[in-house]
Amino acid sequence: MTKNASAAAATQDTLEQESRNATKAMLLEFWYYFSQNKGAVLGLAVFVLLVLVALFAPLVAPHDPDVQYRDSFLVPPVWLEGGKAAFLLGTDAVGRDILSRLIFGARFSLFIGIVVVTIALVGGIVIGLVAGYMRGFVDTFIMRVMDIILAFPSLLLALVLVAILGPGLMNAMIAIAIVLQPHFVRLTRAAVLSERSRDYVVAAKVAGAGHFRLMFKTILPNCLAPLIVQATLSFSNAILDAAALGFLGMGAQPPTPEWGTMLAEAREFILRAWWVVTFPGLAILITVLAINLVGDGLRDALDPKLKRS
Amino acid sequence: MKMTKALKATLLGVSLATIAATGVSAKTLVYCSEGSPEGFDTALYTAGTTFDASSKPLYNRLVEFKRGTTEVLPGLAESWEVSEDGLEYTFNLRKGVKFHTTSFFTPSRDFNADDVVFSFERQLKKDHAWNQYTAGAAWEYFDGMSMPDLIKEIVKVDDYQVKFVLNRPEAPMLANLAMDFASVLSAEYADKLEADGKMEMLNQEPVGTGPFSFVGYQKDAVIRYNAFADYWGGKQPIDNLIFAITPDAAVRLQKLKAGECHVMPYPAPADIADIQADDSLTMMEQQGLNVGYLAYNTKVAPFDNKNVRKALNHAINKQAILDAVFQGSGQAAKNPIPPTMWSYNDAIEDDAYDPELAKKMLADAGVSDLSMKIWAMPVQRPYNPNARRMAEVMQADFAKVGVDVEIVSYEWGEYLSRSKAEDRDGAVLLGWTGDNGDPDNFLAVLLGCDGVGGSNRAQWCNDEFQALIEKAKTVSDKAERTKLYEEAQVVFKEEAPWGTIAHSVVFMPMSSKVTGYVMDPLGGHWFDGVDIAE
Amino acid sequence: MINAGAFVYSTGGHPAVSRQDPLVRHIRTHDMFRFLFSRLGLLIPTFFGVTLVAFSFIRLLPGDPLDLLAGERGIDPERKAQLMAQMGFDRPLWEQYLDYLLNIFQGDLGTSFASKKPVLDEFLTLFPATAELALCAIIIAVCLGIPAGIFAAVKRGSVADQAIMGTALVGYSMPIFWWGLLLIILFSGILQWTPVSGRISLMFFFPQVTGFMLIDSLLSGEKGAFLSAVRHLILPSVVLATIPLAVIARQTRSAMLEVLGEDYVRTARAKGLPPFRVIGFHALRNALIPVITTIGLQVGVLLAGAILTETIFSWPGIGKWLVDSISRRDYFVVQGGLLLIAGIIMLVNLIVDLLYGLINPRIRHN
Repeated sequence: MTKNASAAAATQDTLEQESRNATKAMLLEFWYYFSQNKGAVLGLAVFVLLVLVALFAPLVAPHDPDVQYRDSFLVPPVWLEGGKAAFLLGTDAVGRDILSRLIFGARFSLFIGIVVVTIALVGGIVIGLVAGYMRGFVDTFIMRVMDIILAFPSLLLALVLVAILGPGLMNAMIAIAIVLQPHFVRLTRAAVLSERSRDYVVAAKVAGAGHFRLMFKTILPNCLAPLIVQATLSFSNAILDAAALGFLGMGAQPPTPEWGTMLAEAREFILRAWWVVTFPGLAILITVLAINLVGDGLRDALDPKLKRS
Repeated sequence: MKMTKALKATLLGVSLATIAATGVSAKTLVYCSEGSPEGFDTALYTAGTTFDASSKPLYNRLVEFKRGTTEVLPGLAESWEVSEDGLEYTFNLRKGVKFHTTSFFTPSRDFNADDVVFSFERQLKKDHAWNQYTAGAAWEYFDGMSMPDLIKEIVKVDDYQVKFVLNRPEAPMLANLAMDFASVLSAEYADKLEADGKMEMLNQEPVGTGPFSFVGYQKDAVIRYNAFADYWGGKQPIDNLIFAITPDAAVRLQKLKAGECHVMPYPAPADIADIQADDSLTMMEQQGLNVGYLAYNTKVAPFDNKNVRKALNHAINKQAILDAVFQGSGQAAKNPIPPTMWSYNDAIEDDAYDPELAKKMLADAGVSDLSMKIWAMPVQRPYNPNARRMAEVMQADFAKVGVDVEIVSYEWGEYLSRSKAEDRDGAVLLGWTGDNGDPDNFLAVLLGCDGVGGSNRAQWCNDEFQALIEKAKTVSDKAERTKLYEEAQVVFKEEAPWGTIAHSVVFMPMSSKVTGYVMDPLGGHWFDGVDIAE
Repeated sequence: MINAGAFVYSTGGHPAVSRQDPLVRHIRTHDMFRFLFSRLGLLIPTFFGVTLVAFSFIRLLPGDPLDLLAGERGIDPERKAQLMAQMGFDRPLWEQYLDYLLNIFQGDLGTSFASKKPVLDEFLTLFPATAELALCAIIIAVCLGIPAGIFAAVKRGSVADQAIMGTALVGYSMPIFWWGLLLIILFSGILQWTPVSGRISLMFFFPQVTGFMLIDSLLSGEKGAFLSAVRHLILPSVVLATIPLAVIARQTRSAMLEVLGEDYVRTARAKGLPPFRVIGFHALRNALIPVITTIGLQVGVLLAGAILTETIFSWPGIGKWLVDSISRRDYFVVQGGLLLIAGIIMLVNLIVDLLYGLINPRIRHN
């Protein structure tokens, strides 16, 4: 996309300058399209807010999320009868402040999203590049392995993997990353296949570029757009799946204030204390929705085809 | 396989409560059970849920527990004699007892000694045709109660007399024969199945002598029974019994409130206050025959010092645990056996919650900066509805006396096996539910020297204690046994191998229309004698 | 070019082509067979891979069913070794695997440890419950999702479009286990409109003919049975339909938008054909091709969702059965259940592939 016909004749300086300009222009164009989508901007704002809350959780949270107030079991939210001003959203079964737990829970959810996406993305790109670039036996083998992973419902596979690795946040993240991996592999491979016969790749090859350079420096940057979109989607999927595993008792273990785990712990109070059930779920929904809104905006901004229509 | 016309005639969505109100003859009691039975041949299994659906409604035993107690009464045996040396038990069987007539089997004879011999020999003899009739058949309870070592032979004296010959005297033998695995099946039905080449059906389409006969089971959904008209104890007041399988406690309660079922077990602790406030529901309660404990490893320093163990016991705030974990459905424990059990020593004084004293005792014992592990079970048990939460409360309590606690947990199977290790690091949260109401079933199993490296999680072997419980097992006089067990509890308290935490209180919510329900201290659910008021 | 961004949205997976040719009617059977065989050829190694995965998983699971079953009581180590040997776990791994493969081809998936019944029998008794739930969910999703997507595409940019797409995104972002709990609180708890769990009111009792409660209740001829079955089915299927509904609505909208921009649609419009004819006839037919693929891909999503939905609603299906079996370490159920579920997904994907090839011949030549 940053091809510059006159580059060959230009001096090094102007080349760099122009490339910088081009990058800047591209980002500006991207932001222009992205900001056209009001939902996406709203989603981004909520997401940034969540990140800030997570980063400054100890400053924002009114209480320590693990401190049990023994005289305040299951206090309702402040606006209900019996609510206490100290506990805005009420307390749980052992007297911990729900709002503070939700705030600290944001850390876990974002952490899960980042770790899972990083593992799945890096792994997926490497494997996909290798498959698409090498073709032949390697390709066939890799794609069959991906088919096998995709033949299982993702949550079921993650569940079995966690059962094998042992319940816990870290293992849940590994399991989810493995389950999400094939999407990145397929995407990267498909993009590589469509790019590898393009003129610029052939030109680089003729110019004597090595395999490594061809894979990572020449082809990869041109496949990034769909990967970024997929990464955003995986981010929200990771949060949902981790919460589902937590809900089934196989994710983060109590007393970790992970939202899905909080829901699982709260389930027995569904009739008596609706707030312990409602708020963690709402937190998951808002976070995932915000990320999906951003994902939609990214897709629209990065996808030249939909831009036109 | 047809439901009565009365039911057919009812309109859509009318709850069962309304059916009863229309006054049509068939009375149906619906029990929202907590899980699916593993099968219907009781002796193959160990789960209470399976017993509730199989041995209790469908079968009888030679002797039965008097409902609501652990006292042994005549069942299929009208009377019995025990020989002088305690090695021979002769049972005189009841005459005129009928087996169920169902869509899949019509009995041609009454119950007799052959049925008793069949029911036990298949568990006892490895070469019996029915010993391995289904893949992986294992007689867990029979083996677990050491029956294969204990029973020498089972002799049919005549059609109505059976003799059990033992290898050694065993005081709890009669109580054992009232347990679920000792249910009596029909030998005639088994012969028919064997002849038809459908042996596995014994576990799927059961035939017994019990108050209810089997109609059908839809996996994970519904089990249906009819009252058995020719039951030797008389026909039941209700006509149909239905188990609606509902694993989720909150859902069970919803169904109870909506009139979709009449009785439910195991309400969530959180809902108990709500149920008590509801006028249309009645809640029965009973102390459970169980104990939840924290077992220190008495073989590892500094927990080999009884003063350290004692100090930590003083640091546990049991009231906070009862509030946060049991939410009122528990009772603080001071002894290793529950208060409903005979020989419970009520004179013993519990270690009071006193952080200052605990701190001082630790200092006196020369222990400072202690950090330890507490193991929290990953599953829910009656004696500990939420081990994780219990561990968190203890963690906070121990921090107050300067002891740093790390909470660890494993997958349940691994938890059970790893916690047996004699060099285990840390104190273990665990518990026990009684099988037959005999104190030996608690004290010898959980604290006896034989259990070290096994079910004795404290790895505690005390000569004085051991001598007392060994003597109690061979004496047949109950008063004397009581005295021995009371003494053993004094030794236990003094040595403090455990922190005794709590005994659960078991609740049974039911519709106010239900009458005649009696709670079982052994945790089973029985529906004979139960009626629905019009 | 591959423009995966828009497509992968559903569940990712299929390297789909976003441009469709108008329908080509003449399909040569020869081509079709070659296509079928090439797809089957891909399936065979995947199938063996799946058996290997299922086989190794249960051997990697920590803990074992015997310890779990014995509970606090414990089990004698000798007895345990004997029982493990009975299940064949003492033999060399390759021998166990070969046996497992041979048994699969004879339709024998082993015996459940908990119930002592053949795994296949258990699966067959429970599968109709899951199938009924999943089918109802997909019907709800298709019947609401496609019209909503078309409407949104036609009214692009309007308030209605934004409302529909906003709702769809909320649905797509929904943690369905929480959503199910909320619906139970509202409809079963507060309003008491729907029953809390189960498949049909307990007052009805009739033989299972098809295993599908809706059909069986009609066959039984009992008054009210069918309506009772519907009332029991409605909440779980709505919960399960939530995500597929959102995905289908979004996919339909974007496919429609794309097709509406194509030359031949523009031409049809320019010719003055009535809008209904343009949308209903020319555009929809082509837009539906990627939507069908999306629907096929939802099978995996539905089965994953069934795990959560069945857990919440105590629905006696295979999702709950498998989760319970994993926690019980019921080896052969986990091994057989994984294989059967993967088999279903592979089969559905194959059918979708073939359908896609049938409709869009260009794929076959690739």
